[in-house]
Amino acid sequence: MSAYAADVAALARKDLRLELRAREVVPAMSVFVVATLVVFHFALPRNSGRDAAYGLLWVTLVFTALLGLGRSWVPEREGRVLDGLLLAPCDRSAIWLGKSLATFAFLAVAQLVALPAFALFFAPLRGQAIAGVVLADVGICAVGTLVSAMAAAGRTRDLVLPLVFLPLAIPLIVGGIGSSIATRAGSYLLFLVLYDVLFSILSWASFEYVVTE
Amino acid sequence: MGVALALIFFVAEVDADQGISQKIFYFHVPLALTSYACFGVGAWKGLRLLWKGAERYDLESYTAIHQGTIFGALTLVTGSIWAKASWGRWWVWSEDQLVLFLVLFLFYCAYFMLRFSIEPGPRRERISAVYALFGAALIPVSFLAIRLSRRFIHPVVFTRHGPQLTHAQFAAFCVSWAAMLLLFYVMYRIELIGKRIDGELRDLREAVPA
Repeated sequence: MSAYAADVAALARKDLRLELRAREVVPAMSVFVVATLVVFHFALPRNSGRDAAYGLLWVTLVFTALLGLGRSWVPEREGRVLDGLLLAPCDRSAIWLGKSLATFAFLAVAQLVALPAFALFFAPLRGQAIAGVVLADVGICAVGTLVSAMAAAGRTRDLVLPLVFLPLAIPLIVGGIGSSIATRAGSYLLFLVLYDVLFSILSWASFEYVVTE
Repeated sequence: MGVALALIFFVAEVDADQGISQKIFYFHVPLALTSYACFGVGAWKGLRLLWKGAERYDLESYTAIHQGTIFGALTLVTGSIWAKASWGRWWVWSEDQLVLFLVLFLFYCAYFMLRFSIEPGPRRERISAVYALFGAALIPVSFLAIRLSRRFIHPVVFTRHGPQLTHAQFAAFCVSWAAMLLLFYVMYRIELIGKRIDGELRDLREAVPA
């Protein structure tokens, strides 16, 4: 088990180091998230109230995640790293877990920009809303990493990823918005946990089938 | 199917409240249930493929999902007609099943795009199978999500008691559901045979030098 954890850590560290050297994805996500919030400021009618703003926050978060996920397997594909990783004597699901952790880190950095910006521009965020964001991130990374690996196998990868990902993300959006606006968010947070557990197990178990030739 | 039609139009009582438009219920609900069954079969065949690795499950899973999407589209159309007849609008967001079908329809449309963007081969088979399994997990989760979302999208929950069926109505409903399942099975076999013949033809063409 500790060997498994070491593999996962090494893979996640590889992605983080690549990002630290190249600085491609995270700055793009952070700028994108702020730009989208500004666009939504103009898209919202003046008296549309706070609840609408929370809805837009979730749209922003999901699209930002999509931007990051679209890039998540690019280094593997361009350098044919994936072939090497598959030959390496480690469990294939470790590749998925490492990639998910790295994506989670990128997403968390982008949201460290997004959430204060949202609180500044639109409406304050409560603790339960932030808990909802974190739980939804887990689901986004788990499902998104698998789905983008699927899409990367095809010819039209950038086109297919949003189409596949958005219907899968609808339950996350429901849970997230519920946890941001409801007065008692318990059931929504529980629902997000349920989603995370179910889809993480599914993705963890099925990743091997997606990447092997 | 003929028996079902006869039962629907001649035996089952006309609904006092909704009149003749209630007859579409005998198409809409069996279509929806059959569509779930198709997606279920697709996921099951996908699981068998991952388990056994036999190539024929791929085609079976694909065909079931293809049929399921057709039935799902028909569910959306009949549901929309029913909504127009009973509430005066073509689309109502308060109908959980319809919203669920819209989500599923989008999800399985993406299935076809994903499938056809990948080169045929074992990898495509496995990715399709995993996707079908995700679909089966998505159905209950989305249903729960849509239930939850009603609380903040519609402050007043719109309760509509399920149609209280008489015996004749219930019998007509069961027969039409059975007919729909039979229709699915027949179409599934036909499409499967067609696809297999296609595959064999392609193999033969490749075997014979031009």
